[in-house]
Amino acid sequence: MTRAELSAKALPPGGPDGAGAARGAGGHGTALHRAARRLRVNPVAMASLLLLALIVALCLSAPLYARYVAHTDPFPSNLAGTTIVGGKRVPVIQATQGTGLGETPVGPTWDPRHYLLGADSQGRDVAARLLYGGRTSLAIGASSAIICCTIATILALASGFLGGVADAGLSRLMDIVWAFPVFLLAILISTVSLTQGLHLGPLSISTTGMGLPIVIISLIYVPYVFRPIRGQVLAIREKEFVKAAILQGASSRWLLFSEILPNVLASVIVFVPLMVAITILTESGLSFLGIGVQPPGASWGTIFADGESLIYTRPWVAIAPGIMITLTVISLNLLGDAVRDALDPRALDSGRQR
Amino acid sequence: MPSFIARRLLWTALTLFVISVMVFVIFFSIPGIDPVVALAGRNPAPATVAAIRSTFGLNLPLPEQYLLMMKHIFLTRDLVSYTTGLRVLPQVTAAAPVTLSLVGGAVVIWVTVSLMAGLVAGVNRGRPADRILMIVGMVAISTPVFWLGSMANLITQGGLHHTVFGWVPPPGYVSPASDPLLWVRQMVIPWLVLAFGFIGIYSRVLRASIIEIQEEDYVRTARAKGLTEPRVLARHVMRLSLIPFVSLLGLDFGSLVGGVVLVEVVFGLPGLGMLAFQAASGLDLPVIMVTVIYGAFFIVLSNMVVDIAYAWLDPRIRRK
Repeated sequence: MTRAELSAKALPPGGPDGAGAARGAGGHGTALHRAARRLRVNPVAMASLLLLALIVALCLSAPLYARYVAHTDPFPSNLAGTTIVGGKRVPVIQATQGTGLGETPVGPTWDPRHYLLGADSQGRDVAARLLYGGRTSLAIGASSAIICCTIATILALASGFLGGVADAGLSRLMDIVWAFPVFLLAILISTVSLTQGLHLGPLSISTTGMGLPIVIISLIYVPYVFRPIRGQVLAIREKEFVKAAILQGASSRWLLFSEILPNVLASVIVFVPLMVAITILTESGLSFLGIGVQPPGASWGTIFADGESLIYTRPWVAIAPGIMITLTVISLNLLGDAVRDALDPRALDSGRQR
Repeated sequence: MPSFIARRLLWTALTLFVISVMVFVIFFSIPGIDPVVALAGRNPAPATVAAIRSTFGLNLPLPEQYLLMMKHIFLTRDLVSYTTGLRVLPQVTAAAPVTLSLVGGAVVIWVTVSLMAGLVAGVNRGRPADRILMIVGMVAISTPVFWLGSMANLITQGGLHHTVFGWVPPPGYVSPASDPLLWVRQMVIPWLVLAFGFIGIYSRVLRASIIEIQEEDYVRTARAKGLTEPRVLARHVMRLSLIPFVSLLGLDFGSLVGGVVLVEVVFGLPGLGMLAFQAASGLDLPVIMVTVIYGAFFIVLSNMVVDIAYAWLDPRIRRK
């Protein structure tokens, strides 16, 4: 009998620990397949996946929209430009009527070729910026969630597998870091590194671009993901299939990478969509405060910040990015809940009992 | 109980120490970041640079630098902003009541509303009322709070200001001591906006525990005894369902911070969040240092108080 078969047979029925669905290295693929099948018949999961795919596709097509539909470059300011509204050529930025003070950008035309959602105070096409900003927001959200989950998993594996002093020390440290309010930590690191960038060993992160927000957001949420994953590692370490593998004289490396890691992976997968939702919200908040994405970069948060000053005259500049963030985060949260339900056999059992 | 309090105090002390060390490390020893440049803000004058060097003892060994920083923050409280020239601590003490009144009102609203929403949804599980409440809850946890606040401003200060929302004063803050009625009118929209997201979280938690506890044998027994449904709910279901709800309340002060900062900025409330925001946009690092460390300490200490109160109420906690 191979080790994988043995571990598959040694599976206890059901699970005491919640999210660990794929038990035993041999059962890994089939359990994931089962979860995927459950997801496919869940209408909420499919609807949110569709919405998410639509948003991602729209944002990825930003350059196409800007070049072939809107015919604008949404990054340089366009204060002297003109556009066509209702068949007439008008300036993008007009003097505010009545008072003679201040200037008002052109409002939504609802015509995708000419400033669909109007212009911002720099005369730039809001619709095109929204799509470009979405690329930034989604990229920061996804990559910081993945980096965060990866670091947390590595630390949790080390902590749970080594046990003893290493485990106690690491868990305490994570608890303490988590006691530091996340948003304050983010504000602190952002403002300190905003003038000079971050230089962590060979890694040099400039102040512009997406690097700095990604590093900050992924680091601050590590303790949040670490705790449950470590619990999972500890639970799996006590499982009979792991004990069986130990009894067979399996090496530490085999135990870690072939027995424990595949089983923890299910819980990590559950975390990813929910973490992307959190990181997108955090990024938008930081960018709104001016300490996230820096100009000339744009994200949904910075577009909202630009639009806030125009809120009473041209509200759509601020309304649109908020709707995009909300739709994206709702679909990620719904998807995350559905993935959790699909991977968690206990949720299915309790559903049957009732 | 005494041993629980002792352990909790020790833990709090350790946490405060590590947090202050983290602040110190972020300011003074992230490799590649010159603390003088970071603290002085944009284009500092040579005099400012010299002042920073002497205030923070930048040529001393690191442990002494740490002690010096802590001395300036907590003992002499004489840190000065290098961009505005103002003392930092008075600004923090002036801003704190604004933040407290924002948080206090929001907590009252979100606890009341999520108790009602969670109860209605849990009792009517699967019915339209539950569905609608849970959809609203999902929207609530997914909406960026700054956007919600801005939309509330747009509605109450914009087109409808002369009709339905005429009672909402323009953005700003008055203290409840000078004009309590105006204070309420001013704060009610920020309270609702800050509370909205938390209502989503708390009502979902309460709903889940009500559904779980309604399946318990002792609840079935109470029903079989012929107790009326309201009595079963009030005496048997709610009492136990409230435990996760209350513990969430104790653990969650830290997660308030983001909402508080964003809501204060959107509504122009001159609280700690606004102070931090202005300092962040002006790269006024001493203000950030003091606000962050006082804010974090305040949150850790209030979590400790809630934990001890909670252990006093529920003996099972003391054993953990």
